[in-house]
Amino acid sequence: MKRFAALFAALDGTTKTGAKTAALADYFRAAPEPDRVWTVALLTGRRPKRAVNATELRLWAAEVAGIPDWLFEESYTVVGDLAETIALLLPPPASHADLTLDQAIRGLVALTGQPPETRKQAVLTAWAQLPATERFLYNKLLTGGFRMGVAQGLLTRALAQATGVEEAVLAHRLMGNWDPARITFAALIAGDEGGDARPYPFALASQLEDGPQSLGPAQDWLAEWKWDGIRGQLVTRPGAFALWSRGEELITDRFPDLAPLADFLPPGTVIDGEVLAWDAARNRPLPFAQLQKRIGRKTVPRTLLSEAPAHILAYDLLEDAGQDIRDLPLAQRRARLTQILAALPPGLPLSASPLLPIPGWEALAETRATARAEGAEGVMLKRAASAYFQGRKRGDWWKWKLDPWTVDAVMLYAQAGHGRRANLYTDFTFGIRDGNEIVPFTKAYSGLTDAEFNEITRWVQRNTLERFGPVRKVPAELVFEIGFEGIQESPRHKSGIALRFPRMIRWRRDKGVADIDTIDSLRALLNAAT
Amino acid sequence: MAAPVLTFTDRGIYCPAGDFHIDPWRPVPRALVTHGHSDHARWGMGAYLATHQALPVIRRRLGEITAEGIAYGETRRIGGAEVSFHPAGHVPGSAQIRVSVGGETWVVSGDYKTEPDGLAEAFEPVPCHAFISECTFGLPIFRWEPQPLVMQRIADWWAANAAQGKTSILGAYSFGKAQRLLAGLPDLGPILTHGAVEEMTQTLRDQGYALPPTIRVTPEITARAHPGALAIAPPSALGSAWSARLGPSDEAFVSGWMAVRGIRRRRALGTGFVLSDHADWQGLNEAIRATGATRVFVTHGYTAPFRHWLETQGYDAGIVETQFGDEADPDPPVTE
Repeated sequence: MKRFAALFAALDGTTKTGAKTAALADYFRAAPEPDRVWTVALLTGRRPKRAVNATELRLWAAEVAGIPDWLFEESYTVVGDLAETIALLLPPPASHADLTLDQAIRGLVALTGQPPETRKQAVLTAWAQLPATERFLYNKLLTGGFRMGVAQGLLTRALAQATGVEEAVLAHRLMGNWDPARITFAALIAGDEGGDARPYPFALASQLEDGPQSLGPAQDWLAEWKWDGIRGQLVTRPGAFALWSRGEELITDRFPDLAPLADFLPPGTVIDGEVLAWDAARNRPLPFAQLQKRIGRKTVPRTLLSEAPAHILAYDLLEDAGQDIRDLPLAQRRARLTQILAALPPGLPLSASPLLPIPGWEALAETRATARAEGAEGVMLKRAASAYFQGRKRGDWWKWKLDPWTVDAVMLYAQAGHGRRANLYTDFTFGIRDGNEIVPFTKAYSGLTDAEFNEITRWVQRNTLERFGPVRKVPAELVFEIGFEGIQESPRHKSGIALRFPRMIRWRRDKGVADIDTIDSLRALLNAAT
Repeated sequence: MAAPVLTFTDRGIYCPAGDFHIDPWRPVPRALVTHGHSDHARWGMGAYLATHQALPVIRRRLGEITAEGIAYGETRRIGGAEVSFHPAGHVPGSAQIRVSVGGETWVVSGDYKTEPDGLAEAFEPVPCHAFISECTFGLPIFRWEPQPLVMQRIADWWAANAAQGKTSILGAYSFGKAQRLLAGLPDLGPILTHGAVEEMTQTLRDQGYALPPTIRVTPEITARAHPGALAIAPPSALGSAWSARLGPSDEAFVSGWMAVRGIRRRRALGTGFVLSDHADWQGLNEAIRATGATRVFVTHGYTAPFRHWLETQGYDAGIVETQFGDEADPDPPVTE
């Protein structure tokens, strides 16, 4: 862990990308082989299964630190990170053990399924032996979420520097399901494992802020709806059928209704598209909320399969007859995609995301304005001549979303954030007027500057009416413009509605609680949306 | 029961028997001041009383004032009260103020730390019936490492930067922390100072505090003239035009708040060194125990949980509300 801790300290101790890349590359040249594999795994979001749950960790840590549970929770509120809270609370280590990262992780993996006493003993022993940074990292392994400020691109660059393999090739080889417990570093870099189902790195679109006029002639572009589902890559190869999310999660089993595609798509086909919950009768997507019921479920109940059947709207073809065609122009990839889809029997949960005509930019703007009625959230613009690039590269792919809906609402409750926002009130519950009352209707966390959050935090501290654990009730005084992408009826919410992607557009210092919007104005939007 | 020795008013802590305030935040006729930081020594008081060691900084900051000095341990009678000042270990000249009325003794801690830092007069516990304690770091997550260890870490960072031809810039509060660093770091090269730091440093030097030579950064100063230098500046100068003129550099921030990763990351600071002029959790608990007080009032910091904790430890505990609320500042490093 010492070397890994040194790497972490080097990454955490700088905000400069160059220094981070150098630290990683050094590490990948010198660290023990198995530790390198685990490090790549952790930095690409592959983490060992949780051996211990958060409740157990809290109890054990409070016990070892000799503090009551409530004081542990107060501390956690300030630190905003469980692993760090525990590392800070524990007494300094009595002895010192030097585990490698590989030993530490294998030790944890072996703990899964053991009786609580055994797991507790193992964790307490590790705590008693590890110095501060190692202890924090060990806790991070226990609690999951490993974020070290290393973007995928930075990791690939460092690996490329350390191994001499080209970045783009490496990016592809790191995709897919390789098992860090079994693979060697050499095999990982050579791309020896998981090849059958391996997806390609996704091409990501950038936000088009000022309209398409600056993009040049409209005939150079292809337009389609921007769907509100989940981005997915469907891989059919001999012996493999896999659906990957953009977060590189294998989600094949969550969508058993897509399984028939395995029998009909020609082997060696990789499709990029949007997974949606589908309204077969109207031949259009259901609202995102329907799909949401299925995300996060490992097994899908039968009723849900019929209520919210999955469907893919395909917009790109990355592999055709086993050949990587990402370098072909989009127009040609699209043409091949159309051929493949045309050869499929009817009734399968896969169809092309239709191309929208672009008679001119102004006409397209009019089309875009009707997106909500089509169940879309805007328009995608892709250069017809563009290759399928890796990651977010500005210039060829743009998302031109509709402007969000907005309402003015008043802050009712505030809660401190986590991580970088620890100790800062950033998570707010907002209320809207309903007759003589103000009813809570949404939460929002983002959209303000650090300076504004600082100012609001001071205000919350001075104006707390009541505390409910980490939540503060505040007077209904501060008004914010809340933006959101969609609206849904929701029996689970007191207000009867749920918003999609709510965020703070701006702090309306010029408005008071008398100026906030009413629940009726929201209900009107609800009617407009369905 | 007699009137309490001290009461808490909207101007600050007040002693009815002696008709004076301690660290008031609004103008009053007579102020007893624990130390020279601006949230304790404010402008506009009719008369000031502070330790001889604290006065030069207070005068420097407040200009023309009516002020009188007092020695540590010296007892003085003010009206019906007997007062004395005792070392608080926070910054040079800082004091706890002891007030005794009719055999009942209260102590106001001001800001304090229990670990001797080699520069400020070392903290001394003062027995009392009631203790008014700050609790800036009143949560068990705050546990300071011994000063020599932290100084060594800063020295290693400085040496590593120097080896790479970079200037090391430390952000530290200009009165107290900056001089503590000057006194505690080994001599590895020239030390440059920001004007605000230099002013305080010279004031303390003139009083006889042992501080190494420093070079004030002026527009003529370049990094090339002082290779491998360490520069000390107030936190606000980090990442500014001021630090840009020092050439290739690495910046770090020195504060107790750097113990929390989220706070450090929020300030977009890579490096943070955990060194505070306030007591940590252990220090607060030990200091309170050492007074023998049964009543404790807490102020400045995590007052609600700390009070609750003291109650579970058998103290009769309360909170002193100050003008600025009683919680950790969301953007704390600038104000520590």
